[in-house]
Amino acid sequence: MAKARIAFFDFASCEGCQIEMTNFGDAAFLELLNHVEIVEFREALSEKTTEPIDVALIEGSFTREADRARLEEIRRRARVVIAYGQCAATGGINALKNHQTDYKEAVYGQDAGMPHLDSDKALPISVVIKVDYNAFGCPINKYEVLQLLSHLVHGKEPVIPSYPVCVDCKRRETVCRYHEEDHCLGPVARAGCGAPCPASGVPCEACRGLVDDANLASIEKVLVERAGFSASRAAAKRMLWTANQGSESK
Amino acid sequence: MTTTDAKIRVRHLTRVEGHGSIVVDVTKGKVEKCEWRVPEAPRFFEAMVRGRHYSEVARITSRICGICSIGHTLASLQATEAALDIRISPQTDLLRRLLKHAENFDSHVLHVYFLAAPDLLGVPSVLPLAATHGAVVARALRLKRLGHEWGSLIGGRTTHPTSAVPGGFTSVPAEGELLELRGKLLAAVPDLEATLATVVALAGNIPSFERPTEYIALHSDKEYGLYDGVIESVLPDGKTEQWPVSDYRKVTNEYMVPTSTAKYTRNKLASYAAGALSRFNNNFDQLHPEAKAAAKALGMKPVCVNPYLNTAAQTVEIVHSAYEGIRLIDELLSAGVRLEKLAAPERFGRGAGAVEVPRGILFHEYEYGKDGMCLSGNCIIPTNQNHANIQADFDKLVPELVAKGKTEKEMELALEMLVRSYDPCISCSTHYLDVRFKCATS
Repeated sequence: MAKARIAFFDFASCEGCQIEMTNFGDAAFLELLNHVEIVEFREALSEKTTEPIDVALIEGSFTREADRARLEEIRRRARVVIAYGQCAATGGINALKNHQTDYKEAVYGQDAGMPHLDSDKALPISVVIKVDYNAFGCPINKYEVLQLLSHLVHGKEPVIPSYPVCVDCKRRETVCRYHEEDHCLGPVARAGCGAPCPASGVPCEACRGLVDDANLASIEKVLVERAGFSASRAAAKRMLWTANQGSESK
Repeated sequence: MTTTDAKIRVRHLTRVEGHGSIVVDVTKGKVEKCEWRVPEAPRFFEAMVRGRHYSEVARITSRICGICSIGHTLASLQATEAALDIRISPQTDLLRRLLKHAENFDSHVLHVYFLAAPDLLGVPSVLPLAATHGAVVARALRLKRLGHEWGSLIGGRTTHPTSAVPGGFTSVPAEGELLELRGKLLAAVPDLEATLATVVALAGNIPSFERPTEYIALHSDKEYGLYDGVIESVLPDGKTEQWPVSDYRKVTNEYMVPTSTAKYTRNKLASYAAGALSRFNNNFDQLHPEAKAAAKALGMKPVCVNPYLNTAAQTVEIVHSAYEGIRLIDELLSAGVRLEKLAAPERFGRGAGAVEVPRGILFHEYEYGKDGMCLSGNCIIPTNQNHANIQADFDKLVPELVAKGKTEKEMELALEMLVRSYDPCISCSTHYLDVRFKCATS
């Protein structure tokens, strides 16, 4: 069987999800190379291709019209497109600026009008091209991505979790952050990461986005009543990684 | 007189973090255009931290960079703690230093093996070497994994750490886990020796090019500057000057240029360099003896003015961080490691912090209101401090290459290698500003 040709591409992002691919160690990574051929990965390789590819893993948000043609070109020659990481899947942390109007002036001051600083709302790449699968997370869970690729290579349909992070905390017997007099977005946050944050003593901030049909009014109420947040802080908190999600921002 | 014609257009240079481009036009031996361009999509982090609680800020600004997210976290925590007068414990201080070394080790392994070495070997990437030099590729992946495990043990994760927060750590490694890490670091010594031997063997392929410049790095009386200290500049004549971190704007002096979404900086000269070579030039005497031996094997001593040798300086630092990691683990274990209560804010104001990330000195500064919410932020990233220096190197290098009669292809490779030697982190470098602090309502 021919190896699947996979390629990585990046738009507005920190490229940390791509870096995660180098953290498997020699055994797992060299084994992966027995099944896939990495034909483009600008951050780590100089090889480039204009040929068709089996799986395109695209990191980063769509933030400017100038990037539309490049996304469309990748889609045209990719059999499968994976939004690789939260910036690509939902806009991720980049979308925090979507609810501000003065971000250019705040960062670039009197130079804000310079044409090359153009940046519009940070959006998921799915607003430009069809996305077949999402690898959620900031950063991605590299073992989940390995599973995803393995399913695709073997012709199976990948399963992307849509249950909340609370389930993973119960599984690994992590004490609830609310019992530790903290706050947490676990009840509305999409699982699949293995819930490492509550396990290391910090709240889940929903970096993988929201579960389908998340009850946002309820989580904000919990933040106010259980964690003592003001209503405005509760609303801001729940948007930290999910500023593009939820009815009011669609 | 040469009659070289060259038209170099490298769009989105490979094997660097982020997007940078090289544009060079030479007509009949005359350099008509020679530019290092930064077209990275800006992301506006300083705008996004406004209105965020102090406990969230480091987790947001960590996302500036996937490679140096530990360093961004630590610089952010230092700035927040300075602003809020949070005083951390000696154990937290040691754990953070250990975490900083993990990042330095991890990122340098990535750069030396995956990003820089292919140029010295004349291949496009390390992957084709898996068939012919399997042992070297396996060693690279093994060391990268070690750096990742090291950082994950201390910080919860290497890409966007979780447990390092204002006031301390929300979880700490068990003593048995630290002992296990110590064992892994000791077991890696043969891999470190082999790494040094590989770089020494390839050093003949590192271009000889010299351009003295100003070298800026953190300097500490306690150790080779990495986690904290004062800002120090060393000029080509060996003259040094120091500034407290809170005066960082006097050193960075940012300005905009039309070819870049990142800002440029300058201090004493037209440009300055940050990174492993600057640290080496400022703090050589404080390197671990094994790291000094590595420098000797590479034929390096300060002040070293060949920017291509930044990769060699990183190799020296890989050795330094491994041995310092072992020393810090011993110090932690001798005192005993326990989960401590987080130190609390004593006030709400403005503060700055600085660490050395793998690619150079990094500044964060924030101001907080009385409710603990962030009013404004400023991050000045090392790669943006290097952009002007890269351009100045281009301006000297291209005419030299033309005079030597180099072909277009040879020039292109020399310029690509030069940029890569700085290990630029370009997605980082598009997020800083001429900040105008709003006055806190007092």
